[in-house]
Amino acid sequence: MTAIDRDTNWPEISFEERIGTAEFRIHERAHIVVDGDTCRGCSTRECVVACPANLFVPTSDGGILFNYENCFECGTCYLVCNKEGAISWSYPEGGFGIVFHRT
Amino acid sequence: MNRPDANDADVIVVGAGPAGSCAAIAAARAGRRVILIERGPFPGSKNMYGGVVYPRILDELVPRWWETAPVQRWVVRRSTMILSETGALSVDYRSNAWGQPPYNGATAYRPDFDEWLSRQAVAAGAQLVTSTTVTGLLRDASGRVVGVRTDRPDGDLTASVVIACDGVNSFLAKEAGLYSATDPSNFTLGVKETLALPKHVIDERFGVRDDQGVDIEILGGTSGVNGGGFVYTNLDTIALGVVLKLPKLAAQKKRPEEIIATLKAHPAIAPLIEGAEVKEYSAHVIPEAGYSMMPTMVTDGMVVAGDAAALCLAAGIWLEGVNFAMASGMCAGEAAAAAVARNDVSAKGLAPYTDKLNATFVLRDHKKLRKVPGLVLSDRVQQRYPAFVTSVVERVFRVDNPQPKPGLRRIVRQERKRAGIKLSELIRDGWTGLRGFG
Repeated sequence: MTAIDRDTNWPEISFEERIGTAEFRIHERAHIVVDGDTCRGCSTRECVVACPANLFVPTSDGGILFNYENCFECGTCYLVCNKEGAISWSYPEGGFGIVFHRT
Repeated sequence: MNRPDANDADVIVVGAGPAGSCAAIAAARAGRRVILIERGPFPGSKNMYGGVVYPRILDELVPRWWETAPVQRWVVRRSTMILSETGALSVDYRSNAWGQPPYNGATAYRPDFDEWLSRQAVAAGAQLVTSTTVTGLLRDASGRVVGVRTDRPDGDLTASVVIACDGVNSFLAKEAGLYSATDPSNFTLGVKETLALPKHVIDERFGVRDDQGVDIEILGGTSGVNGGGFVYTNLDTIALGVVLKLPKLAAQKKRPEEIIATLKAHPAIAPLIEGAEVKEYSAHVIPEAGYSMMPTMVTDGMVVAGDAAALCLAAGIWLEGVNFAMASGMCAGEAAAAAVARNDVSAKGLAPYTDKLNATFVLRDHKKLRKVPGLVLSDRVQQRYPAFVTSVVERVFRVDNPQPKPGLRRIVRQERKRAGIKLSELIRDGWTGLRGFG
């Protein structure tokens, strides 16, 4: 049984549970590659706050840890990124990646 | 030059969303050999929107579409809501006639709707190829587009015309040089929760019954990030989400799902969704800037339609996209078929596509409303007007007896000043709005 938030009366969910509601068919090849060296020189980190799947995690040494697996393929990260060449972006192999639900 | 009959198809359509399927229907009905390529496992699997489609344009392509289209609910209540931190002003229009043929707007799940539309393309004779990602364009020595590369083994496919309906990120339109530099401020991120509730609970809370539905568009409620919110009723879910201007989202600290959570907790929204569980969380980018961001629509051997051509109308009271996608796809399919028949698929031979867009609502609406997306997402409209408008209404309806009523003009002046809006700015925005909305 999930806890019910007292103020709002709806079930609280963690980000893991949230992202778990979407279906991702994961291919072994990463369709997005993030260049950690370039990110180390970035102080603005637009991707960290904007990525709806929360895939960009700052590391203690000033880098960015990225995982492509739960990606919505939306394009937000490369659009907001201010560092030329930091994000190499393509679509996953056919049939893989996000699959939104049918009824 | 290739012999046309040696090609794999006359027309290759990339992307089986609303634009691509309508392009495929139109080209196939004109007698062309059409391959419709979709990178998802089924059409619609990659596609997400807020939740309302206006399929009137389908009257031409799919007569009596409402009898077979996988609709959730027919929108009979359209509400525009302005939210301040604690207040809410709604303009709410209801017409049960919209819940009867020939209908107006409907809520629908895109994986249902898009797959249904792709089946119409297959019925028209198009060959649908799913689970196939197009990775680039094939060009001849002159630079003319002559097909696409795919991620299949031996995956090159040739055609006289490629119709790029590959969505908001359209790498094909970019590769073909149809866009100048990409400006992130032309885009918004849409994030949405599909919230499960029993049908009778939704009916009661929204004042509807049977297959009647509600469309609520929201100004304000996005935690200070320029954008907007929405609440739509499906049969047994509610679609609730926000649309966020990318540079503004990136320049602050609150994450998209936190902005949704704040909207959900608003006193005007929370009672609508009480007890609802998240059934699906989803996200998609929207080309928001309208006419000013559109690419060149045509090049030698290729045209571009739908979101790939930025044909999304984000004009405040009108928030439409699927209808523009379907109409542009239809025009593209017709123009491509005619160009193949005339054996001239150069940019000049395909130019009737642009002419068709210019002659129909697709570009006429966008040209007429070209100043509106910028106005709606401007800092004043976003940051100051919601508090101004709601506080005026709050004071108009608050009874302060034994104080006499202060008079409307005074309230407006005082609240305008309190919100930090200059009279000249208000007049200018009002004029832009009046002119912009035509």
